[in-house]
Amino acid sequence: MTLTYYLVLAAILFTIGAVGVLVRRNAIVVFMCVELMLNSVNLTLVTFARATGTIDGQIMAFFVMVVAAAEVVVGLAIIMSIYRTRRSASVDDANLLKY
Amino acid sequence: MSEVLPAEGLLGASWLLIALPLAGAAVLLLGGRRTDRWGHLLGTATVVAAFVLALLCTFQLAGLEERSADVDLFTFISTGDLDVRAGLLFDPLSAIFALLITGVGSLIHVYSIGYMAHDPARRRFFAYLNLFVAAMLLLVLGNSFVALYVGWEGVGLASYLLIAFWYTRPAAATAAKKAFIMNRVGDVGLALAIFLMFAQLGTTSYAGVFGGVGTLAGGTITAIGLLLLLGACGKSGQFPLQAWLPDAMEGPTPVSALIHAATMVTAGVYLIARSAPIYDLTETARTVVMAIGALTLLIGAIAGCAYDDIKKVLAYSTVSQIGYMFLAVGLGPAGYVAGLAHLLAHGFFKAGLFLGAGSVMHAMNDSVDMRRFGGLWKKLPVTFVTFGLGYLALIGFPFLSGYFTKDAIIEATFDRDDWLGWTTGGIAVLAAGLTAFYMTRLMLMTFFGRARWEEGVHPHESPSVMTAPMVVLAVGSVFSGALLVSIFPLSDWLEPVFGEPEEAAHVIAPATIGIALTVIMLLGVLAAWLFVGRREVPVTAPVRVSPVTRAARNALYADTINESLFMRPGQWLTRALVWVDNRGVDGAVNGLAATLGGSSSRLGRAQTGFVRTYALGMLGGAVLVAGALLAVTAG
Repeated sequence: MTLTYYLVLAAILFTIGAVGVLVRRNAIVVFMCVELMLNSVNLTLVTFARATGTIDGQIMAFFVMVVAAAEVVVGLAIIMSIYRTRRSASVDDANLLKY
Repeated sequence: MSEVLPAEGLLGASWLLIALPLAGAAVLLLGGRRTDRWGHLLGTATVVAAFVLALLCTFQLAGLEERSADVDLFTFISTGDLDVRAGLLFDPLSAIFALLITGVGSLIHVYSIGYMAHDPARRRFFAYLNLFVAAMLLLVLGNSFVALYVGWEGVGLASYLLIAFWYTRPAAATAAKKAFIMNRVGDVGLALAIFLMFAQLGTTSYAGVFGGVGTLAGGTITAIGLLLLLGACGKSGQFPLQAWLPDAMEGPTPVSALIHAATMVTAGVYLIARSAPIYDLTETARTVVMAIGALTLLIGAIAGCAYDDIKKVLAYSTVSQIGYMFLAVGLGPAGYVAGLAHLLAHGFFKAGLFLGAGSVMHAMNDSVDMRRFGGLWKKLPVTFVTFGLGYLALIGFPFLSGYFTKDAIIEATFDRDDWLGWTTGGIAVLAAGLTAFYMTRLMLMTFFGRARWEEGVHPHESPSVMTAPMVVLAVGSVFSGALLVSIFPLSDWLEPVFGEPEEAAHVIAPATIGIALTVIMLLGVLAAWLFVGRREVPVTAPVRVSPVTRAARNALYADTINESLFMRPGQWLTRALVWVDNRGVDGAVNGLAATLGGSSSRLGRAQTGFVRTYALGMLGGAVLVAGALLAVTAG
């Protein structure tokens, strides 16, 4: 097998995620883009694990998944409460914490 | 210094001398208004009891072989090498001081009952007076320089409290501060002398210091002597620290009589006489003592001639008379006894004069301006006679106390038979004439001439509770000199302290000096009569006067000199230091803080609150790190 396809796919997914985080305003979309980046990394980890025949990368991928699950819970709760107070889910509207 | 023996019998209880007035002060100060009705009686009773005890102790002391008793009390300070025992030394020198303090003190307490009768704060007055007597007794009875220092500071405190007794008067508050600060200058000298003794000898007790002082280098002994002298000058109002004493007359008159005439201001003479074993070893320090004494006695006499305030004239007279005592003790073994005899006689007549002045003020609605007195001898007969006897004693009228004691000092000064003796002796003779002049001027302006009273003043004699002490002091002024010099010689009594009195050389025959001084005194009296007595005294002081009079009215510009020499440079120094502190130290610290604050607020602008900006920053950073890693691994 060749690694290139998998890695290029992972790079494309990561780039889509990063650009999404930077350009989109809707917090839900930004949040999904973050998930996309995490999963592109998971793909890379699993790919290298398969290629080298070791198990470390797969274990790391599980860790990332667990952390991502926890993060989803906390993140969605925050987005919910912001929406309730401000009637908006735009990340640019929640800008009180500044100089 | 004779051997010190542990005290037995009544002498062992001599600590009660200090404890009694101290307890009186404590009861009166802590008891508050409840003690108002009988406070003055308690205050007087404690001092009279102390006087009786002092008398009994002295009688017992006279019977002892060694005539010296050491009363060990308790450990005062024990730290490291320093071990100060609190103890008392009852010897002939401290005995005469204890008798003077409690004796004159008792009379003045009695007098104050009448003098302060209408003052709402009479209880506080007696509390402070008791505190003073306790501190003064500790000063003279302590058996170490540390005990003396505690008493020394105690009398300073009592003096401050009593000068500012009428603290609502700005003049009194200022005078008290002036006295306290100028005394502080002297106290630093005394403290340094004690430090030096401890550093060099490891002890501060009289026995230890006087026993070991002979082993020290000459320079060290001289330094100790000069530092002790600085302390003595501060307390006794001697040049260059004399300016506080006349201002201290702002206090009630009994205070001036007790503290600023009879007892506290003579503490400097006591200090030098007590430290005789130190001064015996240093000719230089003794010369300085003599010079300061001669200078001060002249300054005091000149200033006394020009003032119109009856108490200030007496104050300058005190400065001048203490100058005589300093001159005497500066002579060394030949003069100690003469100086102390003059001190005791002065205690009688000057206290009597001040009480008389208080009685006059009492009659004249508390006025002190002699230009508004005059013709009082008919209205105040008892005051006139007692004051007159004190006056004759002070100017050295033949066979009254001042005649004997002042003569002895001048005789001893001439007996040195060197330039110093002749110069200082000449000054002392000249000042004796000036003394006669200013005291006669005071008498003429107060008791004789036309009445120049202000409207509504009706002079009346003081109550007998005030005149009785004046009578006792007047009797003392008349007889104490003859008693101390001829009948019951002080030199024999003090022999255990200062050793066998030397046979005087008599460079000039004593009779010659006696006659010469009497002539000079009469010249002074005559001059006063010519200038003051035969003319009408103007009720306001003449403005156009000679430069000499103007200088004398300003006490030879002592305050001006102090201000321009010490106060103003001190102010400049503090102002410069404040400027450096504000601009330099504070400036550096504040500048640093301002720089950091400014830059941080500028950097804080980067925190826009937009999450996506932060995300871009993180991405950029990650790319940079990744790029750097790639560059390192690839390169």
